[in-house]
Amino acid sequence: MIAASSPMRAAAVLASFFQGEHNSLHPAGPFSSNIEWLYWVIFWIVFVAFVLTILAFARASAKTYSRAEEMLPIMKDEEGDRKAKWAVGTAITVTVLTLFAVLFMSVITGKKVEGMTSSNPVTIQITGHQWWWEVIYPNPQADQTVITANEIHIPVGKPVVILTSSADVIHSFWAPSVHGKRDLIPGYSSAFWIQVDQPGTYPGRCAEFCGLQHAHMGFSIIAEDEATFEAWEQQQLKPAPDPTDAEAQHGREVFLTHTCVMCHTIRGTDAGSRVGPDLTHLASRNMIAAETLPNTTGALAGWIVDPQRIKPGNKMTPNPLAPDDLNALVTYLRTLQ
Amino acid sequence: MIYSRLLLATSLAAVATLAACNREERELRPSPSASQVVNQAQVSGLNPGANPLPTPPTPSIYEESAYAVSEGKTLFGQYNCSGCHANGGGGIGPPLMDNNWIYGSQPQNIFTTIVEGRPNGMPSFRNRIPEYQVWELVAYVRSLSGLLPKDVAPSRNDQLYVKPPEASMPKQTPTGITGEPSK
Repeated sequence: MIAASSPMRAAAVLASFFQGEHNSLHPAGPFSSNIEWLYWVIFWIVFVAFVLTILAFARASAKTYSRAEEMLPIMKDEEGDRKAKWAVGTAITVTVLTLFAVLFMSVITGKKVEGMTSSNPVTIQITGHQWWWEVIYPNPQADQTVITANEIHIPVGKPVVILTSSADVIHSFWAPSVHGKRDLIPGYSSAFWIQVDQPGTYPGRCAEFCGLQHAHMGFSIIAEDEATFEAWEQQQLKPAPDPTDAEAQHGREVFLTHTCVMCHTIRGTDAGSRVGPDLTHLASRNMIAAETLPNTTGALAGWIVDPQRIKPGNKMTPNPLAPDDLNALVTYLRTLQ
Repeated sequence: MIYSRLLLATSLAAVATLAACNREERELRPSPSASQVVNQAQVSGLNPGANPLPTPPTPSIYEESAYAVSEGKTLFGQYNCSGCHANGGGGIGPPLMDNNWIYGSQPQNIFTTIVEGRPNGMPSFRNRIPEYQVWELVAYVRSLSGLLPKDVAPSRNDQLYVKPPEASMPKQTPTGITGEPSK
């Protein structure tokens, strides 16, 4: 990260507030639109209250200043007392009523966000791990189940059910442009709807502190049209292709005889462990290590050799492979489209 | 005519058998260096003849490095040793924090146990775990029963374990097939 002075950083944060893609004020679907509407309602109520308060303060201070020279007489002012009672009573009533109105609108928004139904939605099971996201498209038929990690493909304009769970500690699933935060709680599964109407890539983060690499636990929601989504799903269902050239074949041998095979799955090979992310279609993803590095040959090699340097404390061990083995392994992994 | 063909075939077969005469090189008396025992790990407590030979000095520099031992502690979790040995307390596998060593308490014994595996469940991690990481694991496993100096063993836990850190573990006197070398 580039070190920036705090005013610069504040300016950057302010700028991202108005334009960035990681932004709940740029809703991409009906749920986040509801949440944005509620945000602006509360914002304007609070803004009006703020302006009135400041005006009242200004008026009071101006009045007091003009009489500051005089001695304050001790006197009874029954008329003034009655006025004050009315003023305080009105203020309290208005405040309570406004808070009730805001509460009412929050509940309405909550109902709108929850109250979605569809007879045939896309269902996605999201499992939080320290520190990555397992993404499963469940199907009664095991060989029709897509398993991937960190990149959630969904069709545009179609309701999607997200089922949540966690493998270790509490995580929180938050894609600001798509939906509010939803906690992923170990041993407790819940469900919510999302829908995205604009094609594009929407970043998300873990929003509940979950350990050392909480800050590097990103995901993205990739919304694409129905046909592209179907094609992606069909591609993901395929087992990994057998490597054709000698180097990739050697790479597969390295994968199957070294540390990798103890934690990762590549469907179509003997590797079947579910501790780490499924790598069957690794090369089809844009990013690796939960949105930490771009999925390039160099980044992949660096990650394999010393993941502890890139994400200290993560669950992957350093792998001091011989240069030829490492090159072959990366070549093989890059073939996993 | 038939006779001459038979003669030809017989002579060809005779020539072919000549190739078998020099089929292997025999080293009748190996050189002294080749007859040294390479693997120093002693698995049996029985020593033919007289007393046990002096234990060779520890081959592991990792026994004296606090960093290596703490790395070993992390690897112990990452390679899921706890899946069977449960943070050293034992479960499916034997406990590692007591004084009983089925296959020896010496670093080279434990190294062999991890790399080659042992009967009744211990898998062989040959090639699966890089060698330097095995030695780090070995050092950490020994710290579990207080066999490392207190300034080398980890003095705090990374997670909320109930168990005290390794530096606070009582030193056990190893029993089993091979004891610690007397100092």
